[in-house]
Amino acid sequence: MSDKSCRGVWVFAEQRRGRIKNVAYELLAKGRELADALHTELSAVCFGHKIDDIDRLIARGANKVYLADSPELADNQEDLLTGQLVELVQQHRPEIVLAGATALGRAFIPRVAAAVKTGLSADCLDLDVDAEKQLLLQTKPTFGGNIMAVITCPEARPQMATVRPHVFSQREPEGQRKGEIIKVDFRRERFTARTKLIEFIEEVTETVKMEEAEVIVAGGRGLQKAENFEMLRELASVMGAAVGATRAVVDEGWIGYPHQIGQTGKTVCPRLYIAVGISGALQHLVGMQTSDCIVAINDDPHAPIFEVATYGIVGDLFQVVPLLTEKLKKR
Amino acid sequence: MEYFFTEEQKTIKSLARKIAEEKVLPVRAELDEKGEFPRAIIQDLAGADMFRVFVPVEYEGLGGGCLELCLVVEELSRICGGVATTYAVNALGSYTLIEYGTEAQKRKYLPDIAAGKKLTAFAISEATAGSDASNIKTTADRVEGGYVLNGTKQFITNAGEAELYTVVALTDRTRGARGASTILVEKGTPGFTFGKKEKKMGIRTSATGELIFRNCLVPEENLIGKPGLGFIQAMRLFDRSRPGIGAQAVGIAQGALEVAVDYAQQRVQFGQPIISLPVVQDMLAEMATQVEAARALVYAAARTVDSGARRITEESAMAKVFASDVAMKVTTDAVQICGGTGYMKDFPVEKMMRDAKITQIYEGANQILRNAIAVELRKRKARTE
Amino acid sequence: MNIVVCLKQVPGTTQVKINPETNNLIRDGIKNIINPLDTYAIEEAVRLRERFGGGVTAVSMGPPQTESALREAISLGVDEGILLSDPAFAGADTWATSRTLAAAVRRLAQTDLVICGRQTLDGDTGHVGPQLAQMLDLPFIAYVSSIEDVAEGQMHVRRLVEDGYEIVASPLPAVITVVKEINTPRLPSLRGIARSRSATIPVWGVKELNVDPKGVGMSGSFTRVVRIYAPERACRGEILQGTPENQVDCLIDRLKKNGLI
Repeated sequence: MSDKSCRGVWVFAEQRRGRIKNVAYELLAKGRELADALHTELSAVCFGHKIDDIDRLIARGANKVYLADSPELADNQEDLLTGQLVELVQQHRPEIVLAGATALGRAFIPRVAAAVKTGLSADCLDLDVDAEKQLLLQTKPTFGGNIMAVITCPEARPQMATVRPHVFSQREPEGQRKGEIIKVDFRRERFTARTKLIEFIEEVTETVKMEEAEVIVAGGRGLQKAENFEMLRELASVMGAAVGATRAVVDEGWIGYPHQIGQTGKTVCPRLYIAVGISGALQHLVGMQTSDCIVAINDDPHAPIFEVATYGIVGDLFQVVPLLTEKLKKR
Repeated sequence: MEYFFTEEQKTIKSLARKIAEEKVLPVRAELDEKGEFPRAIIQDLAGADMFRVFVPVEYEGLGGGCLELCLVVEELSRICGGVATTYAVNALGSYTLIEYGTEAQKRKYLPDIAAGKKLTAFAISEATAGSDASNIKTTADRVEGGYVLNGTKQFITNAGEAELYTVVALTDRTRGARGASTILVEKGTPGFTFGKKEKKMGIRTSATGELIFRNCLVPEENLIGKPGLGFIQAMRLFDRSRPGIGAQAVGIAQGALEVAVDYAQQRVQFGQPIISLPVVQDMLAEMATQVEAARALVYAAARTVDSGARRITEESAMAKVFASDVAMKVTTDAVQICGGTGYMKDFPVEKMMRDAKITQIYEGANQILRNAIAVELRKRKARTE
Repeated sequence: MNIVVCLKQVPGTTQVKINPETNNLIRDGIKNIINPLDTYAIEEAVRLRERFGGGVTAVSMGPPQTESALREAISLGVDEGILLSDPAFAGADTWATSRTLAAAVRRLAQTDLVICGRQTLDGDTGHVGPQLAQMLDLPFIAYVSSIEDVAEGQMHVRRLVEDGYEIVASPLPAVITVVKEINTPRLPSLRGIARSRSATIPVWGVKELNVDPKGVGMSGSFTRVVRIYAPERACRGEILQGTPENQVDCLIDRLKKNGLI
């Protein structure tokens, strides 16, 4: 599709087991900005079954919600999602489509782009609009975050981009906002579903989930060995924090992959991020640098982490961390 | 220095280095500390076809010679002498088979050795027979259909880990040195057990232990070569494998030299890196020259072996003697340059010094080899008169 | 099983710099390597062949020097390598790249499985796998961490999601992307290296693939890179001084003031 008459900003609102994921609200906040700059409408697109809080999508800024509700869509079967989204896009012709760069988003959104024959940027860290040219400016990391690229999709439409969770902030919900919920006529027989989900096995080893945590305590190579994560777990438990890690220590096997933060791990944006024994390689920073407050504890005064830290302690973490834990316990 | 390697030799050398740096380096300290056999690394070497290097092409090997073996051993030794020993001994344990075995024997055992599926060991030393190898007491009495072995072998590398043991035993007690034969004994043969595993000063990841034979019956087709030629076969075997020990020594010395140079560049005392001090420069220059001289001698000896020359005793002894003495000196000097830090187990160089020592001792103690060189010199003088 | 592995040759480091004059990446003096995540794809393909028989073909789109990546793949156990190279392929975004790869896969006989690495270390998009699947109209599974079973034209795999993993079944042929949890790539072998030296690597261009030059490369790309820059790291905060005791007290004080604890 290549037509400047395409209008509207769309956000694909991913749901999991009936609940809309936070990244959808984050994208609606940004989408609202983009739509306002382009003087156009913001729509959310949601596929699933018996989804709670559809109205919240409107409260968070959407003018319309395209909702396809069917038991067949409950498991996010990717062939069905791809087929239905392609159909909607071809029917309604939006100019921009955004989605979260989640496991699902990264798997099926490229297929939608390929089917619709348009351009897609992955894992964007920023989105802007050139209102005059009606172009979406997509900023994304390359080379592990060492180089930023600004991408456009000049001709083809819609312009598509995926964005990682925690890159943008949610807006305050406006309960009085009015909007339209449009039921999508999902016809199963129009699509072929080939892959089949047999079973889902949850694997969360720690008590506080990293993506939702307000405070994260993360460890890197400076911890020297797996056993020393115990020290961080203690601090985390005193603070009600989640435990994170760099790729280096996950690769060593000191802690599991769900705890990995960075370019090939999770992106987090807690209120407080405490980086212990982490040098601050760019591949890691990309995953946590938007945190509200970053505290770095490292014995190397030249470690790059200090360049992004709000508060830095140059010292021996094996002294500082237990001290911190002890004093916090006393309060 | 330019050593005019062929493409194949360069490939072997660079792949051995890759394995050493990626697979051995991260675990060498732990293996040394625990005295643990490097099983995973052996599998990596096998997967990379490294055991095929010393097996002839007809038996699924790559038909490499002494030089090719030296290149692998040197690269492994640069990172860990213990891993190099574990690997190199397989060549030692296979050479008798390759040189003196029958077609049937070679077909039976060599393909598995080439694939790294079966490790080998060579057993001649005993409590009463170290340098005086002919003083062995282990017997192999001829019986119906085979030989019965009785005796104990001492300080055998790969004891317990290898499947195939090339054992030198007395088949005829009356003929002294001419009464020994070489017999292949498989692990698991009734009457064949292992004694204690030794705790060593160095090359600690290598497994060293006793082989105990108590009325161990071995089929007659396991005799390798001719009866009574056990010692001659063994002596010729050592002549061929000694450059490999030289290569091990060169590798260990090279590793130590690199550590010392790095350290000297980083360690700042009296306001400058210690490599700026003439006393340190002098030591490093001497170390580097010695290592290169040892390397050149080892490669020359290896090429002489590969040329098919009949007389190689002198050359291979020289290479081993010179290189091992260099390794001991260079590693000691490397620890000295690294000072207090060099003495600490956290730092790799003290291990290299401990590893180097054995190269002066095994496969012919240097004193014995010097004797042998002197004997060759006398023979040569005698021949020209 | 006939397996195709798509691989890309990338610079051997992410520490790339921008030439301030041309505003392009400085590629000189940087060694090229197989994209690290593709080595897991190669290993998995070779393991599947060892389990089920068949053959593994590696395909890569790139300039002529990409041939070395294909030879390396052969030294790792791949049976043959095909280079897709043509001036018309240059400047391709992931769409145009996928189109070219799809044309190559169609030209190969009877593929049962196409395996790609999860993402490249230069582009970091992870698009090629899914787009290739869409263009070939094949089922697609992303982030495969284990291939549990292949039997009677069906495949059962484990794939990673944010909070755990899923067991997914798919008919073959299919396209998958794999993650590094799936295996440990092997080292090259001496015989593999010898084979890789003597192997012939066919080069397929626009003609061999029978594609419209306007539909590939830069002219076939939908996206454009308008600007690249190295992000600045400005010094942000306060380094707390003193003994560990002091530093910790100071920190707690600051965090309290900010309402963070």
